[in-house]
Amino acid sequence: MNTTIRNALASHASRRWFLGQCGVGAGSLALGSLLGGEQPAFASTSGNTNPLAPKSPHYAPKAKRVIYMFQAGAPSHLDLFDYKPELAKWSGKKPPAELLEGYRAAFIKPDSALLGPKYKFAKHGEAGIEISEVLPYTAAIADKICVVRSMTTTAVNHAPAQILMNTGAQIFGRPSFGAWTLYGLGSEASELPGYVVLSSANGTSGGAGNWGAGFLPTRYSGVPLRSSGDPILYLSNPKGIDAATQRASLDTIRQLNELELKRIGDPQIQARINAYELAYKMQTSGPELVDISQESNETLQMYGLDPESPKPGYAKNCLLARRLVERGVRFVQLFHEAWDHHSNLKKGLAQRCKGTDQASAALVKDLDDRGLLEDTILIWGGEFGRTPMVQGGGSDGRDHHNRSYTMWFAGGGIKAGHVHGETDDFGFNIIRDEVSIPNLHATLLHLLGMDHTKLSVRASGLDMRLTGVQGEVIQDILA
Amino acid sequence: MVLLGAQLRAETPVDFALEIQPILSEKCIICHGQNHRSREADLRLDLRDRAIVRSETEISIIPGSADQSEAVLRIESDDPDMVMPPPDHGEPLTQEQRKLFRRWINEGAPYDVHWAFVSPDRPQVPANQNPIDYLVRQRLAKEGLSPSPLADRSALLRRLSLDLTGLPPTIEEMDAFLSDNSADAYQKQVERLLASPHYGERWARWWLDAARYADSDGYEKDLPRSQWPWRDWVINAFNRDLPYDQFITEQVAGDLLPDATQEQQVATGFLRNGMINEEGAINAEEFRMEGLIDRMDCLGKAILGLTVSCTQCHEHKYDPMSHQEYFRLMAYINNDYEAISRVYSPKHLETIRDIKNTIASQNEKIKKAVPEWQQQLTKWIDDQKANTENSHWKTMTPTSAEVPDGICHPEILSDKTVLNLGFRPTSTRLTVIAETPQTALTGLRLSALRHGDLIFGGPGRSHLGSFAISEMKVEAAPLDAPEEYKRVDVKAASADVASKQKLIDSFFRLNKEDKRTVGGAHYLIDGKTETAWSPDRGAKLHNESCEAVLEFAEPICNEKGSRLRIAMEFRHGGLGGHGRANNFIGRFRIDGTGEKAPKANALPAEVRRAIGKPEAERTAEDNNHLLWAWARTHEKAKSHAQGAFHQLKRWPEGDSVLNLGNRKKEHVRTTRILKRGSWQSPGEAVSGGVPEFLHDLPDEDLPTNRLTLARWLADRNSPTTARVVVNRMWLAYFGIGLVTTTDDFGVRSEVPIHPKLLDWLAVELMEPSVKTFADKPPEPWSLKHLHRLIVNSDTYRQSALASKAIVENDPENKLLARGPRSRADAEMIRDIALSASGLLEPKVGGKSVFPPVPEGLFALSYTAVDFWDTAKDSDRYRRSLYVFRRRSIPDPVLASFDAPSGDFSCVRRTQSNTPLAALTSLNATIFTEAAQSLALRILGEGGQTDREKAQYGYRLCVSRLPNKAETDALLKLLLATRNRLKKGELNAADIAFNEFTQPGDLPPDAPPNEAAAWTIIARVLLNLDATLTKG
Repeated sequence: MNTTIRNALASHASRRWFLGQCGVGAGSLALGSLLGGEQPAFASTSGNTNPLAPKSPHYAPKAKRVIYMFQAGAPSHLDLFDYKPELAKWSGKKPPAELLEGYRAAFIKPDSALLGPKYKFAKHGEAGIEISEVLPYTAAIADKICVVRSMTTTAVNHAPAQILMNTGAQIFGRPSFGAWTLYGLGSEASELPGYVVLSSANGTSGGAGNWGAGFLPTRYSGVPLRSSGDPILYLSNPKGIDAATQRASLDTIRQLNELELKRIGDPQIQARINAYELAYKMQTSGPELVDISQESNETLQMYGLDPESPKPGYAKNCLLARRLVERGVRFVQLFHEAWDHHSNLKKGLAQRCKGTDQASAALVKDLDDRGLLEDTILIWGGEFGRTPMVQGGGSDGRDHHNRSYTMWFAGGGIKAGHVHGETDDFGFNIIRDEVSIPNLHATLLHLLGMDHTKLSVRASGLDMRLTGVQGEVIQDILA
Repeated sequence: MVLLGAQLRAETPVDFALEIQPILSEKCIICHGQNHRSREADLRLDLRDRAIVRSETEISIIPGSADQSEAVLRIESDDPDMVMPPPDHGEPLTQEQRKLFRRWINEGAPYDVHWAFVSPDRPQVPANQNPIDYLVRQRLAKEGLSPSPLADRSALLRRLSLDLTGLPPTIEEMDAFLSDNSADAYQKQVERLLASPHYGERWARWWLDAARYADSDGYEKDLPRSQWPWRDWVINAFNRDLPYDQFITEQVAGDLLPDATQEQQVATGFLRNGMINEEGAINAEEFRMEGLIDRMDCLGKAILGLTVSCTQCHEHKYDPMSHQEYFRLMAYINNDYEAISRVYSPKHLETIRDIKNTIASQNEKIKKAVPEWQQQLTKWIDDQKANTENSHWKTMTPTSAEVPDGICHPEILSDKTVLNLGFRPTSTRLTVIAETPQTALTGLRLSALRHGDLIFGGPGRSHLGSFAISEMKVEAAPLDAPEEYKRVDVKAASADVASKQKLIDSFFRLNKEDKRTVGGAHYLIDGKTETAWSPDRGAKLHNESCEAVLEFAEPICNEKGSRLRIAMEFRHGGLGGHGRANNFIGRFRIDGTGEKAPKANALPAEVRRAIGKPEAERTAEDNNHLLWAWARTHEKAKSHAQGAFHQLKRWPEGDSVLNLGNRKKEHVRTTRILKRGSWQSPGEAVSGGVPEFLHDLPDEDLPTNRLTLARWLADRNSPTTARVVVNRMWLAYFGIGLVTTTDDFGVRSEVPIHPKLLDWLAVELMEPSVKTFADKPPEPWSLKHLHRLIVNSDTYRQSALASKAIVENDPENKLLARGPRSRADAEMIRDIALSASGLLEPKVGGKSVFPPVPEGLFALSYTAVDFWDTAKDSDRYRRSLYVFRRRSIPDPVLASFDAPSGDFSCVRRTQSNTPLAALTSLNATIFTEAAQSLALRILGEGGQTDREKAQYGYRLCVSRLPNKAETDALLKLLLATRNRLKKGELNAADIAFNEFTQPGDLPPDAPPNEAAAWTIIARVLLNLDATLTKG
């Protein structure tokens, strides 16, 4: 088979084949059933056979990429972002009975005594956003962020709530927001995975399902970037095999695979050849990515990293997130599992903020300085909130609370220096502009140029969406 | 380009089921179907009698008059306000579809039931032809295509071996086949492979996907579970060719079959394969419901091929299944215990037989020693009845049961017992408030009770079903003065069983210095939390109920009755927040008495239970316990009784499995419709029943239980059961199902391109008619029979070599004009490497093994992984089927090649060719070790010359000889590597050896440099497309 035929195969049949056989299933792309002869809504912009090649969204996007700083374990909105002076007055008293109607907490009896905010709050920025004293760096970027105080969820336990927050469904097996994004938009990173996951503190309760591809092909799942050993699993050659031997080996593999392709004519062989070449490139681009020695001391210090020995952890992950999006990675998700303050709230929460506040804010500033903030969405938040009621015998813990919590957003297409939504005097119920998880996802997809009702895949007989059967774009937080 | 849909044939009438239904389902039914909430204009197009009458102002379909039918006007309209489907609902109908639609209306708009909802009939096939080939060729002929020639023999045997056993042929097997010139050489290979125990392994994995098998619980804790006995049951079922109807029946309801065997009970692990949440503070009922929904999903996908889960929240949007029907179906599986049961291996059973024999001879000695034993025993039993009735104990009413911080939520059951499910605390205090109208209380009794939802039935929640209470404190208040609790002094504590004082079991030990002890009931009141009452009598008696009685120093006297606040300390658990090392209680009851000096019963629970039974209902075991209890009171028989009883200590612990048990009458649940599918919104109660659009129950009067459901699922009249399984088998062979939507045979399924073939296979499975090479006629539902038919067809044996035209026209090979070729499954890829390198440990069955994983992998895991005992012996090289499947952080080697995590039923894997997969087979430990071992094998067995060696290695991986160009490419790399080794640019020992191998393992005369050079070649061989492919 000559090159022309091979190319023809690669660009023609195999594209359909990729999306069929290698994809979700025959004709099951609701984006355009290729086997029915219709044009895909998301035509590949490059004609490339790579299923992760960049794709055009439904309409002009405000943002091209996402960095999601997931604060797993659920930070207390009441002590960080949602200041309730009235709650301070009620501290130690039982909540009013009408507040608790139909309420279900995870651990505590709902009628446990109320607990006032643990820290001082002040208004910050031109917008005068109230932020806790333990988040001084976040406070300093108040005018760059949009604080949503009216998030709500339906799950009260960590694993289901994290899975819900990340996949739009409490049950396991749905694609994560990152996987949907990659599926819809492809990736501009040719030598790195399109969806990268970084983890610090503990592992998450939801596990790999938090960044899984669900019923989408596994290529859309998040790839962990590791803080020790190989930055990407199995990136290094086995002991004793140097770069030259690796290259020579891959050349031989390629040569033999090309002979096989010539003999058999199966386009899947070309796909494998490409995958091996990309693997080789990753072996260089991976270590280059995590080598932060070229970063200036000023930059390192901005993130709170010690220029002498920048330790692995959340701050370094924030810096790596910037390096990832600079390299075209579509979706970066940081998991920092450390916020489950059933007890030791005052000290523990302050410590957690100390380890994360500076770097989160630095990432916003750094992206801004580099002109990347305008088309990157940043997300900061956990899986639910915490109760205004105290947990335990002492007076220093809060239980899980699903009815309200706070998240903040920054960057591409998001209204900066803005507060959306409001909770009652106890930070318990939402009294204005509730934001459900489907609404949040619909809004974020919208910013990425995708109509959440059209980003769907046929699975189990339904056109499955990240937003299920719900979802409305929240206009008020759009810039 | 050919149109791969249904073909237009002007001369034949339009086929509603195959040609119109798919259009309606795709374009119309979402708004004009049975789901009343999403219905527009009150129009239904799913039913003919609704489509042909006036809805609102128009008649949608006027049979015979396409021109006057509103539907036609609408679908052909150019006006965006008029056109159907509306522009924001999807693409308009194609010209071809419009023509078809018109023609169908003009032909009278006949409706028909969706093809997959009618049980299959056998299509006519000429007697002298292979039915598969005949039906495929008929279809090919329509496209003007002809089948490809047969694959060459080496390709064929590799394909066949991988398909039937998941392993590539050995060189010996290949040579034997290549040199076998007999006419039935191929058929002999088929029979050899079907008879191999590896056949069961390969097809077990296929079923395990659908059954969402994993070795851990999932969710946050994701603790290891022992489910391999069920997996081994599946392997055995395939190997003995258990007919598919029985295969289903035993998995859904094996325990309910008459005289169910241990194996049949193990089979019910199928539905238990779902995830279990034991996160702190969860509500057990919430996740039980999630588990049930998952079971429904699994039954739907794996057996029925229907998306029943769509009806969990509302009416089905497409298929004629209602929200209510979902819960009526669920009613069949809603009355089970979430059991964990002991399983005895043949070796265990041998020990048990021996124990029973010894017991029998001891019993004989008792009877010999006291010839009038029968009369004495009967009298003794009568005497004891009075003692065991215990009528002075009155059950107290628990009003609250809590642990600090609510980390778990004990449930008060209607029988006034308290049940602990959900999180398993290793260190906690359980406080129970219990009320009684008794005016005087002299003591209380804590009865630890069994329950089907506990491990081995409880009564505790430890890994053995046991528990230990470190301390008990009692306070009392008058019922009419709730807050006036006063400390109650306890004078004495007694238990119905004797416990030896001993150091806490090593499983619970916190450190080497841990001196906590367990022993008798007096430890409950000794004021020390380092000592605990542990009534576990070990072995056969781990899981007996038991009781402790606290005698109060002074009676509690309250005119209106009393309220007790009882605090139980559980400080005898082990390490880890995950709860694996808990020693918590499972179910209990509190009784009170006013009797003077109350004591625990002198007889243990098993004897009391036997006494309480009518004689006719007593089991052999009951009779043993009675005999021994009596004999112990008899001087002459005492020692024999002790001897017999002592045998119980030898009882094997056995293995364990998650299975289902039918709930006892007192625990039966009512199934209710859950509004919007929410466990918090139960609605009206429903009885068991099957969806109306499917086949009827085999018998109207069957009880609402799993056995009824199983019989219905496996019924010959089921329109989908047989089609679904043959379709998934076809998918495994050809990389694509005859129905491509493997999990959905409903109205939205893709119209099969070979519908007759599907039906023929389905009927042939149920009613075998074709003679094969098997030595005996096939039984109905024999899967091996189906395998024989498929692999012996020319369609299967075609060459995978594809012409440009064929590939371009049919890249997915739906028409089957060429042989199958696809990347091997994850497990096969690893197994091919192990097999080619000679590392494979072929042992069948047993516990799952822990593969080497990269350091730091479990940092992603919330729960500390303290059980990963990486295999360092031959277990390391067991087949991939045995690799421990951890849900939250799956094994990255298998995950890279798309192995499912087991979080949900997977009936069709996706395939990704990612760079991460390439990195895995290039660099993961297991592949490195395989390359090193393959190099040694090549050096030892591969012949004299480099060329011979290269050919040998290639053949081990790819099952054919390489051609000259291929060999040359390998030799070029070999020479280059040799040179670099010689120059000292590469370190031979680093490349060639690992922690298990060393230069001493080299064949004679082979220097380490050679091992290194060939390791590089072996690594290339293991990464060739041809190695990674089944084709």
